[in-house]
Amino acid sequence: MRQSSAILNTYAADVSGVCSALYELGGMTIMDDASGCNSTYNTHDEPRWYSMPSMVYVSALTELQAVMGHDDTLCEEIGAAVAELHPRFVAIAGTPIPMMMGTDFTGLARVIEKKCGVPVMGFGTNGMHSYVSGASLALVEFARRFCTNTVSAQKNTLTRKTKVNILGATPLDFSVTGNLEELKNLLCARGYEIVSTWAMGSTWDELMNATTADVNIVASSCGLELARYFEKENGIPYVIGIPTGTFVTNAFFASLDAAVRTNKTQTPLWQEETPLKKGNLNTVDAQPAYVIGEAVWASCIARALQEDFAVQNIRVLCPTEADDILLKPNGTHIVYEDDYFDALKKSPLIIADPLYKYAASKNTKFLSLPHEGYSGRIFRKDIPVIMGKNFDDWISQFLQ
Amino acid sequence: MIAISHEKESDWSGASIFIKDAVFETPFETGVEYSSPARGPWNIVHTGMLMPESHQIFVCAQSCLRGVVLTAAEMNAEERFSTITIEEHNILDGDMEKLIIDGVADILHKLPVRPRAILLFTSCIHHFVGCDLRYVYDTLHKQFPDIDITDCYMNPTMRKTLTPPDVKMRQQLYSVLHETSIRDNGINFIGNNFPTLLDGELGLLLQQQGCIVRDICTSKTYDEFQKMAQSKVNITTNPAAFLAGETISKRFGTKHLVMPLSYDYDEINAALSQLYLLLSEKKVQNISAKDSLSSSCIDCAALAHDADKALAKTAELLGTTQIAIDYTATSRPLGLAKLLLTHGMNVTAVYADNFISSEKNDFDFLKNNFPMLRLYATVHPKMAILPAQEKSYALHDSPSDGSFTLAIGQKAAYFTGTRHFVNMIEANGFWGYSGISHLMELIQDAYKNEKDTAKIIQVKGWGCCA
Repeated sequence: MRQSSAILNTYAADVSGVCSALYELGGMTIMDDASGCNSTYNTHDEPRWYSMPSMVYVSALTELQAVMGHDDTLCEEIGAAVAELHPRFVAIAGTPIPMMMGTDFTGLARVIEKKCGVPVMGFGTNGMHSYVSGASLALVEFARRFCTNTVSAQKNTLTRKTKVNILGATPLDFSVTGNLEELKNLLCARGYEIVSTWAMGSTWDELMNATTADVNIVASSCGLELARYFEKENGIPYVIGIPTGTFVTNAFFASLDAAVRTNKTQTPLWQEETPLKKGNLNTVDAQPAYVIGEAVWASCIARALQEDFAVQNIRVLCPTEADDILLKPNGTHIVYEDDYFDALKKSPLIIADPLYKYAASKNTKFLSLPHEGYSGRIFRKDIPVIMGKNFDDWISQFLQ
Repeated sequence: MIAISHEKESDWSGASIFIKDAVFETPFETGVEYSSPARGPWNIVHTGMLMPESHQIFVCAQSCLRGVVLTAAEMNAEERFSTITIEEHNILDGDMEKLIIDGVADILHKLPVRPRAILLFTSCIHHFVGCDLRYVYDTLHKQFPDIDITDCYMNPTMRKTLTPPDVKMRQQLYSVLHETSIRDNGINFIGNNFPTLLDGELGLLLQQQGCIVRDICTSKTYDEFQKMAQSKVNITTNPAAFLAGETISKRFGTKHLVMPLSYDYDEINAALSQLYLLLSEKKVQNISAKDSLSSSCIDCAALAHDADKALAKTAELLGTTQIAIDYTATSRPLGLAKLLLTHGMNVTAVYADNFISSEKNDFDFLKNNFPMLRLYATVHPKMAILPAQEKSYALHDSPSDGSFTLAIGQKAAYFTGTRHFVNMIEANGFWGYSGISHLMELIQDAYKNEKDTAKIIQVKGWGCCA
């Protein structure tokens, strides 16, 4: 039975992805829902409440409104909140019941924008996809609406630092435990200038200057569509990946340099072929080892294990939406519990969020890598910093 | 200083009002809603976990599942919790009944231990697609006759009706009790998330009458829980449980006694008197509560004196310290405010979006006698921004000038940014005079000792154990 899950968890949904991506941008985000999505987001998907309040609300849809429609009421209520709180913009994101009601979020956004006089974005999310799809939609639409700076970087200038944007950074992938900071440190140490981070820790003005970057970094699946948008609109090439471990870190910076030099988007870090090394786990001819998680992080980790720790026959299982380009050559998009149990039952090594442990057999070596987008805050304090050489230090504890 | 993600100033209008200007029972405008990250109050998963040896299955979309599945995971109760995910095609295919039936069967086959009961939660989607739930449950009952499978609902679109999910959950929890011909001297406390504390006058009265006290909160096994069907009286103290008490009493032909949580001595006496008359089977009419209790072991005057002493001691300790109360701590925040204010304490704020009808007298009293008492909404959109902006608080820091607000309830603690708070949810099982005395002890402790507010209030379903 594919859609039943006796024990495994579920990922943060698309509507949370919208909220997370827009959280710091000074807007007002409204989930069109009765109440559950709001408390779930606030409790499990958003760690920033205690350091940075934001205007994230629920429309408080009622039974009667679900039957009769509530577009007029919603317009009025959002208008009232906007008049009181002066957000830079409004975003409305859908959930399951508005989908059944056939809510036209694009049309609704236009009506509210006309009424309130602030930019309004409508997202037809329905709570049935992962945060990746919601965050992707939100970041692209935000860029399309607001990041209209047409001033591009002067390319190939030797006298200044290379400018980069980090795309797809939200707490759902990065949490708030130091990985984003370490990624920035690595970039700065190598002489790169970070223009903006989409969308954690950057000011409005920094985001508006994103088009001046020489190259974009797709730091999670959430940033891929945004990178494609900036490439199409502003000619900025991109590199997909994060620097995990010695080999991938070197490849990451080589790829960035190549992208700037050639002004061309590079192949994802994990897709260049290298000769197989002698494995220290007997996985080549036997069952594969698995990294489970969001495609960019999981693929970079898998590559690091292969190159720096000689773990062969390693595969990626990606439960969130992923473009084909992210899944090649050893990735698979799987969602259902039965598929996980089938795939993992004989695996010698699994690296995944601790809540996947239930799908592993007794003989499997299971390395816990908590993922905020999956287990939320439960294991946040155990999330390791894995950028650069930190990954080697972390993984060495378990594999040597 | 925390960062605020917007730049323009706003004021408190709409989100806060002096009680003198407020309208009962809904003082605030409604609109889009904020949800503060104070997570101690229980949700339907927590309440369901009270049933021993039961298993919960939720059928809904990914966005709805995440909150409940992580509720279970956070309390290490994954093995008592499963899900069936609704996907887009299920809404179009019209196969919702099959999805549920096959999903439940699949989960039951996978579980290492066969549960005694299944709490099967359907959601708003089933409500609106017209899912034939009768067919679903009839089929499941036939397939699994050895398991009590009952219908539960995660239907937040019903949140503003007479049967919101919380009330419905408390009602359905007892629907699996089997009818029995045995009727004993049992007393059920129905619909509470915390066991009622019986170390005071209520416990004494029940003991004097030789009652067996039963409560799902204290039931260790499913069989022990089932014995609740034998009890002759069902007591409810929480307004959210009244429907549950009424339902179970109608079903078994037993008595339902409402003994509402109260901070008013006359109301407490009246409730004790009603209980005494019911248990002793006396049919005395038109006498005062005090007189009716005179032949029992309860000395109302002495109890009131003890409560007054506890209140006086607390008032002396607190001095002019400002006190804020919220509705998650007690269903009678205005009643509690009145009690504290009339005993010399300085209640300055009550956080509640609306009030239950039994608070009307307290509302009127406070309006006339303490008109500057400030009422705050908790879900008004301004509450996401203004409390933080005004206080510039970070819940990790102690106030620099030594002054603080003492909060009763997690939401009041969050909004005031205090580290001095009484971590009380649904009155913590306190009731009556002894409940007041226990509460005073907690207030004194909160005054003297700081708590790690941010850490505590983020825990979902405070006090719930799987």
